[in-house]
Amino acid sequence: MTYKTLLATTALVALSAGGAHAQVIGFSQIGSESGWRAAETTLTRMQAEERGYDLRFSDAQQRQENQIAAIRSFIAQDVDAILLAPVVATGWDAVLQEAAEAEIPVILLDRMVDSSDDLYLTAVGSDLVHEGYVAGEWLVDTVAGEDCRVVELQGTTGSSPAIDRKNGFEQAIADHANVEIVRSQTGDFTRSGGKSVMEGFLQAEGGGADICAVYAHNDDMAVGAIQAIKEAGLNPGTDILVVSIDAVPDIFLAMAAGEANATVELTPNMAGPAFDALEAYWADGTMPPKFIQTESALYTQDDDPQGEYDRRKDLGY
Amino acid sequence: MMVPTLKRIAPQLSTLVALIILITFIFPSFLNLSMVDGRLVGPLVDVAKRSAPVALLAIGMTLVIATKGIDLSVGAIIAICGASAAWAVSAGYGLGPALVIALSAGIACGLWNGVLVSMVGIQPFVATLILMTAGRGIAQLITEGRILTFTDPSFGWIGSGTLFGLPVPVWLWLATGVLMALLLRRTALGMLIEAVGINRRASALSGVNARVLLIAVYAASGFCAALAGLVVTADIRGADANNAGLWLELDAILAVVIGGNSLLGGRFSIAASVIGALIIQTINAGILLGGFPPEYNLVIKAALVVVILVLQSPNLVTHFAFLRGALPTRRPSEQVQQTGKPKP
Repeated sequence: MTYKTLLATTALVALSAGGAHAQVIGFSQIGSESGWRAAETTLTRMQAEERGYDLRFSDAQQRQENQIAAIRSFIAQDVDAILLAPVVATGWDAVLQEAAEAEIPVILLDRMVDSSDDLYLTAVGSDLVHEGYVAGEWLVDTVAGEDCRVVELQGTTGSSPAIDRKNGFEQAIADHANVEIVRSQTGDFTRSGGKSVMEGFLQAEGGGADICAVYAHNDDMAVGAIQAIKEAGLNPGTDILVVSIDAVPDIFLAMAAGEANATVELTPNMAGPAFDALEAYWADGTMPPKFIQTESALYTQDDDPQGEYDRRKDLGY
Repeated sequence: MMVPTLKRIAPQLSTLVALIILITFIFPSFLNLSMVDGRLVGPLVDVAKRSAPVALLAIGMTLVIATKGIDLSVGAIIAICGASAAWAVSAGYGLGPALVIALSAGIACGLWNGVLVSMVGIQPFVATLILMTAGRGIAQLITEGRILTFTDPSFGWIGSGTLFGLPVPVWLWLATGVLMALLLRRTALGMLIEAVGINRRASALSGVNARVLLIAVYAASGFCAALAGLVVTADIRGADANNAGLWLELDAILAVVIGGNSLLGGRFSIAASVIGALIIQTINAGILLGGFPPEYNLVIKAALVVVILVLQSPNLVTHFAFLRGALPTRRPSEQVQQTGKPKP
């Protein structure tokens, strides 16, 4: 006990002395189930390196018990802060309480937990509804009052990104009677799903002549839809507008080729805002807001898609 | 040869026709066909093309099920073969070697299953479950966890090219089905497979090399899955280890069952299974063209499948006859005895 207090005191002294030693940060990542998550891990490492932190990384391989074990081990190592991308929302109270008692700030990345918000410093995440809204807004501005029949490629039925991205888009077009969703089906967030559903839409809508735009809940489905449009003998990007969400590297290739029109970024850089909040907290105890919303940036063909592709292709997507 | 086959596949054919008529009521231009740039286009052509993965899987699955087995690993084999083909093409090996690598990978996976089932004696359900679980991991190792894309147009042709007016995937399942049926029915192989499925011990005692036959059947299933993997991968010009062929093993088993083949092994019909695959894809297309909200997809599909299976059930025929007060003296499923006319 005395030893621990001594250590904590030393750490505090070191902190108040202006961070003379490298800050140690523990990061409990869910796993690497998708390219996006791999990119999140890569960017977190890059951000930590840039700021001179010592990042201790733990891959939980989709299991909560691994994450709890990792957090306990971070507490035992007396790290300066813990980043947690929680695999599920429930069951975190006990371990977060332990971290709070050890006075180690915890920041949630990307997903939320059901625990009381006293138990963590802040949460960094994106607003899925807002992403859909940005995509809808772009389409409303682009068609500029002309009639537009939209087909929608939904994500996996019942998943929260599919529900929220649909809602956001519908909110954006609600006051514009000229933009209308005429068909909506699930493509399960996959390329082949996007392609086969788009083929059906093209058949159903006069060979594609009656479709003005396709809105896909993620870029992979948009890439599949682009292939279907091409094989139907139409030009994606001009005959049929393509707008999607995520901003993965491949959609920038399609944009550079003029085949996709816009994408809304779900940034994998959750660590940047998290570290900013931590630095402010360490400097003078500034408490960040309990939810920090990342920017949902819109990229179009005018935003140097080839350059964006080159910047992203090595992030592990 | 032709007449018994037609009689065997008549229930499946009439189901397919009934479904097409039903969808034409909901979506009138379902039967539209036109020639554009020397290729046939229309919703029916799309159905035939989109059926390719499940139809190919169903051909192999029919054989496995005829031996009283099951192959749960075909979805994962799709992912492995797709990944290895995409890897080979993007590494610059060219189309030929890529195809050889992918097909050998499929056969190797099938051999692994076959050895586990016939030599080690693990139950087929468990033996193929191993590769079903591990296979996606192997595929992810090949693709390094990302969607491995390629631009090689000759490989893409397998998924979306046209040959003599029809999409290449349609030719693939047609050719595989016809060749496999000829191989099995023009030789004694088909009958031997049925014998092993009905009673492995008895067939072994009467001189059938059941062990080798079982391994060959699983290898054939792996080969068919590899072909399906090539189609799936070439179609989107990328290997998606997480999603390629996901749950397709279940659709393939369903196609075999809709095809009227018994899961207890024995007599089989490849043609009926392939029509089963067409039926499944026709339902999918109908849901898509009908414009139902996606929440209804699975419910509608399940409801139609239940209706189809119940209508095909031999028990139902018995019960129906019973209700009409004309109890038949024979069970309708025993086709061998159905030569004499029933008495009034």
